[in-house]
Amino acid sequence: MIELKNLSKSYGEHRVLERLNARVHAGEFVTLVGTSGCGKSTFLKMLLGTEGVSDGQLLLDGRQIPDEPGPERGIVFQKYSVLPHLRVIENVALGREFARSRLLGRLFGARRRAAMDEAGQWLEAVGLADARYKYPHDLSGGMQQRLAIAQALMMQPRILLLDEPFGALDPGIRKDMHRLVLRLWSRHQLTVFMVTHDISEGFYLGTRLWVFDKLRHDPHAPERFGSTITYDLPVGRDHPELREEIDQSLTLSRQRLAVA
Amino acid sequence: MKRWINKRPGRLQKVALGAVPFVLLIALYQWGSDVRKADNPADKLLPSLSEMGAAVDRLALTASKRTGERVFWQDTASSLKRLSMGIGIAALIGLLVGLLTGAIPLLGASINPLITVISLVPPLALLPILFIVFGLGEVSKVVLIAIGVTPFLARDIYQRTLEIPAEQLVKAQTLGGNSSQIIQRVLLPQVLPRLLDAVRLSLGAAWLFLIAAEAIAASDGLGYRIFLVRRYLSMDVILPYVAWITLLAFLLDWVLLWLSRQIFPWYHHAK
Repeated sequence: MIELKNLSKSYGEHRVLERLNARVHAGEFVTLVGTSGCGKSTFLKMLLGTEGVSDGQLLLDGRQIPDEPGPERGIVFQKYSVLPHLRVIENVALGREFARSRLLGRLFGARRRAAMDEAGQWLEAVGLADARYKYPHDLSGGMQQRLAIAQALMMQPRILLLDEPFGALDPGIRKDMHRLVLRLWSRHQLTVFMVTHDISEGFYLGTRLWVFDKLRHDPHAPERFGSTITYDLPVGRDHPELREEIDQSLTLSRQRLAVA
Repeated sequence: MKRWINKRPGRLQKVALGAVPFVLLIALYQWGSDVRKADNPADKLLPSLSEMGAAVDRLALTASKRTGERVFWQDTASSLKRLSMGIGIAALIGLLVGLLTGAIPLLGASINPLITVISLVPPLALLPILFIVFGLGEVSKVVLIAIGVTPFLARDIYQRTLEIPAEQLVKAQTLGGNSSQIIQRVLLPQVLPRLLDAVRLSLGAAWLFLIAAEAIAASDGLGYRIFLVRRYLSMDVILPYVAWITLLAFLLDWVLLWLSRQIFPWYHHAK
């Protein structure tokens, strides 16, 4: 479904990603880990369509991925994903209103009620049914992320992109969110890409773990070489030794970066 | 003893402390007026409170013998009409221009330099042109206020539009929104409360333009009246009028804030 062929990204002289090659099938759950600045978020933005491809190809169903965001790719950011001026249920129904009212983006009467009913079902699926008439600022961080997920799933996207979605949450709430995401992923056969800081999250969630790191380092010009996918592992259960090994290799590159 | 920087007034204390300067100011005025009246009972510069009361009674409560109107209320109605029309037009144009230039970069690149130049023209310098083009009637006064305030509102709304997090725009696109839908459902509703904020900030300038235009050419209005009676040194009329204009400005500001809180609760809660 998704194919990377010698995919590279650079900003002028600064190479961020170098020659990425991979193939992802529908239904896979890929988690992306790496040090900060390793390009994993840049890769997610390329999938999203807010960053262009510099070299090579990024294909969705054999075709170049569109260069702007669209309804076939849902997104949940770490924050600012929900619209503060709309009530919870209106946030979720907005996608339907866009689809069914091209001119105004607003439905009335029975069509509006139908969209709201549908939105209500998604709110139930993420456990927000009781908060449907609240404004986002009345919700906790975890609830706001649940809302952002419901909002994205309402569109039934082919790919769901998660950009450190639980990075700002407390550990207990993060566990709940993991369970929720896994449940929704298996029930709706989603294809998920998730960027995370937390390697154990990468092992626990998902079917496949990608580690972004630099293979070559030039201590005098750190921006000369970009990152690539250094580990591409099938996961699903924890592998303590492997996790230790990746952790060490990332710590090493972090130290090298700090020295440079 | 607690440090001065740590002492905070209680509620009652706060009101009392706030009232002190007003009381002092009025007492000072009363004293000054008494001193001058003792010297010259016909003094016009610092009229006593009772003289001002009489003037208000004459202008506000008694119908004019010539036209049957109560001058004070007639002035107030005319001025408020001009002010609200000018501000209303400015808000509408400022919103449209600011929102669209902020939302559509190509449009912004084309329009923003023009707005920057227009905003640098001193509006009062345009007043003679307005009088020539629109005559001395209502239109020129309304247009002066609109011209004076619109560039500020347009630039402010442009900035506020850019401040809306890019994540929201990306999210709206993944929900399938096209440009027009996103402007209508994501940007416009979030910019409206910020427009009310900007209008409140621009009210001071709007009053300035109104009074300037009325002083130069009008047949009624608050600004017209105070400049008219200046010829007779009628401080007993001017001072109550100035106090009234101040009160109106305060009330207008308060009403806009109240409206904003009623219509956009999410905006005020989030702040």
